[in-house]
Amino acid sequence: MPTTNKRAEVNRRSGWGEWLGPFFTSDLGLKWLMALTGIGLLGFVLVHMVGNLKVFFGAEEINLYAESLRELLYPLVPKQSVLWMFRIGLAAMFVFHIWAAWVLTNRSHKARGDIKYQAKRRYDAVNYASRTMRWGGVIILLFLIFHLADLTFGYANPEFVPGDVYNNMITSFERTPVAVIYIVAQVVLALHIYHGAWSMFQSLGLANPRFNDWRRWFAVAFAVVILVGSTSMVLAVQVGYLTL
Amino acid sequence: MDVRLRVWRQPKGDVTGEFIDYEANDVSPEASFFEMLDQVNEALNHAGEDPIAFDSDCREGICGACGLMINGSPHGPQQGTATCQVHMRKFTDGQLITIEPWRAAAFPVIKDLVVDRSIFDEIIESGGFISANIGSAPDANAVPVPHTAAESAMDAAACIGCGACVAACPNSAANLFTAAKITHLNLLPQGQPERYLRTVAMVETMEEYFGSCTNFGECETACPKNISIDVIAWMNRDFVAAQWKNLLKAGQA
Repeated sequence: MPTTNKRAEVNRRSGWGEWLGPFFTSDLGLKWLMALTGIGLLGFVLVHMVGNLKVFFGAEEINLYAESLRELLYPLVPKQSVLWMFRIGLAAMFVFHIWAAWVLTNRSHKARGDIKYQAKRRYDAVNYASRTMRWGGVIILLFLIFHLADLTFGYANPEFVPGDVYNNMITSFERTPVAVIYIVAQVVLALHIYHGAWSMFQSLGLANPRFNDWRRWFAVAFAVVILVGSTSMVLAVQVGYLTL
Repeated sequence: MDVRLRVWRQPKGDVTGEFIDYEANDVSPEASFFEMLDQVNEALNHAGEDPIAFDSDCREGICGACGLMINGSPHGPQQGTATCQVHMRKFTDGQLITIEPWRAAAFPVIKDLVVDRSIFDEIIESGGFISANIGSAPDANAVPVPHTAAESAMDAAACIGCGACVAACPNSAANLFTAAKITHLNLLPQGQPERYLRTVAMVETMEEYFGSCTNFGECETACPKNISIDVIAWMNRDFVAAQWKNLLKAGQA
């Protein structure tokens, strides 16, 4: 049966990951990288939230906490050195996570082919969270840029005072449009975590019929904790519970 | 019962295809989906037209030849069932049924609803051999196999290679197929000598043609054999382990 419609060899591995070793040119290796960086980022999101919940204890407590980050392991090491290690590591995790997602998305789009199904697909397992991982990730990245401009560098907050974390949070969250941005971003992040914190177990090969239910519960719990904890600060300012 | 069909027609691989509407009248609700298509084809034959080409062989759900995207569901509305075992009672009278071939860059259409899935054979082929004693059959229990391993391996070996996992996957990933084939050997003692070489070889062949798994889980629900995505996790684990194991060139496993 002659056919000239040959299968396209769509995913000849690009050399982008070659310097990390051949493992990181493979889809499975990149997914493994995404899972590991995802764990690191989950840890960051959790610690970041727990630390900033100190805002409920008052200006002195949270400003002390912020200052203490600069003095981690001081006087053993110079001030801010541990903080910069964390920052660089965190930036690296973001870069690898996003780079892997980019490479894998391109490969999958090529593998999908040109002709789409005409009938509306009936999805039985795909959910809103898993379907929005890619664009959700983009939204989270945009939010991250805004968040840094708002509370780290202060470009987005005219009343920003370097070092006065309490003042910066209150003056930022008081603005209703900003509060909406924060809350929407946390919902998107929670959805990302709902799929990601479950999916990472699959990517790392951690599956066992005895414990599989726990993976889902872990992801749900993590997403809920982040959503409730993070939005509580914004809402507390909006309803007037936290004021200057 | 009467149903309306919207069928993908494509005379051959390199020609553009299109949807053509047909009517299937007086179909018994107890007829299988293919018996309904046979009925339509018989009418087309009588009218001197080209019958609708579709793959089918055993028609009892064990060969993996058949596979149609029916109303956006791989193998139709009934889960855990290949297209050949879907019956017309699963549809309603007068319903419009859209029938499409599997869509993926790695599965080019040969004709109408028939796609070329020989890339699956290439994945199997790259897996190579297993080392086993030849000669007279060994004693039944000469090689102890844990019961749970035997069960899980059997579940994975149920894969009939129909391609529904690829068709269902929004990424066109073939991870469920490849993982099922890898797992059913990797769980058993007979599969151990080449375990890690096989895993890498099959994964590499798969990745040349298919997309990347994002753990949607859609393949699991499309699979006519209900193969669990646990096998994908086990493949991932063996692939990572293989990176270290295969470094040991002296041959220790």
